[in-house]
Amino acid sequence: MKKDRLHIDWTRCEARGLCHELLPELLVADDWGYPLSRTGEATPAIPARARGHAEQAVTECPRLALRILPAPSARH
Amino acid sequence: MTTARTHVRQRLLGSCADSYAEHLHRLGPLPASKPAELIQTIVNSGLGGRGGAAFPTGRKLATVAGNARGLRSVVVANGAEGEPASDKDRLLLTHAPHLVLDGLALAVRAVGAADAYLYAPEYLLHGPIRHALVQRSDRVSVRAVAAPDSFIAGQESAAVSVINGGRAVPTITPPAVFERGVGGRPTLVQNVESLAQIALIARRGAHWFREAGSGDEPGTRLATISGAVAQPGVYEVDGGAALVDLIEDAGGLTEPVHALLVGGYHGGWVPWTERSARTSWTRSGLARYDAAPGAGVVIALPARRCGLKAAADITAYLAGQSAAQCGPCRNGLPTLADLLAQLAGGKAPAKTVSEIHRIVGLVAGRGACQHPGGTARLVRSTLRTFAPEVDHHLSGYCSTGIPLSVRRRS
Repeated sequence: MKKDRLHIDWTRCEARGLCHELLPELLVADDWGYPLSRTGEATPAIPARARGHAEQAVTECPRLALRILPAPSARH
Repeated sequence: MTTARTHVRQRLLGSCADSYAEHLHRLGPLPASKPAELIQTIVNSGLGGRGGAAFPTGRKLATVAGNARGLRSVVVANGAEGEPASDKDRLLLTHAPHLVLDGLALAVRAVGAADAYLYAPEYLLHGPIRHALVQRSDRVSVRAVAAPDSFIAGQESAAVSVINGGRAVPTITPPAVFERGVGGRPTLVQNVESLAQIALIARRGAHWFREAGSGDEPGTRLATISGAVAQPGVYEVDGGAALVDLIEDAGGLTEPVHALLVGGYHGGWVPWTERSARTSWTRSGLARYDAAPGAGVVIALPARRCGLKAAADITAYLAGQSAAQCGPCRNGLPTLADLLAQLAGGKAPAKTVSEIHRIVGLVAGRGACQHPGGTARLVRSTLRTFAPEVDHHLSGYCSTGIPLSVRRRS
């Protein structure tokens, strides 16, 4: 089954750094503090075990730069 | 050995006209095809977008027409041509404006649009475009919107942003402009050469279009050829032509050449050899060089010019053209430009090459638009194509013989 993905709005992100603290399963900080996916994916897939942290990161990003994109099969 | 090209088709360039009357006299009126027919004809033609991304035009028309159910969609003719080495869109808008405007009117009909825009540099809007627009009586009148002179102004979401009253900077997707674009409505943004092709295909048919070109690159397309060629300029070539055909069209090389930059500043280098000269100017032919025709730019780099220096200059330009909206692009592109300049200047320690690869990995795909990814492609291509030159420069010399300052030992 296809997984939901974490979408980063790069035009909003200002490297505040909460997301890679809240969601270390998926993200690290790059050279400049911006979230970098551990897998190298531009829009990383969210594994079930990281779901809660992903939702928390989406809610708490002070720039509202994160979204969860539903997997295509989950779209109505 | 030179082989004369037996048949050089001038479909677009042969359709230039000074007035609407002359245009109609040469090409005849627009056919009365219904929207679905029109879309099917474009699908059958196999036309790919000529703005750079080569997205199948018929599929794009069908998508916008489908998204537009109940909404009033919008069509934008994109003539911004932010690529400094490209001249084809200016040429079409100057000498064949009615071909472009015919294509725009057909696209409007195909997707059932309520509004039409022509987005192009201001100096073109004041001259030939204004003159052409007053001669026509299209069902949906065309509004001209000035495109700023910047590299990224032609990205489709940047065009939509300008028309929506914003700055000429790309916006994040999703939503794509074909879902929510101008005024939040489904929007078709189509390069002006693609529209000019539509104007001919609608009149003459998909089969006619495919009489030129190859299976995977049907029709003709415009190339802007510059650098070490005898007659730099815009040429119309059959899809699938070999790179050497393009060079011959432009009068041949004027001096020894190391490489061609194919696809513009977001493109890739093709080392100039007997084998590569026979490479077809198509996505599949150029794939082994991680290049593509893009918007049709081909630049022949003279052997007396250092490829690393040329790439460093282009990368510095691209860094300056970042919209600076997205952190990885705003930070990464200047870093890449600096590292390439150090390498080209013979001042770089050996670890610079791996550092460049690492930074390339930090910018590609991490932004709202293709600018960081396109710049990353150029830089990767530079290191691969000029690998022997990289080694020379790390040892403190340049094979062009241009003296480098004393290498910093570190």
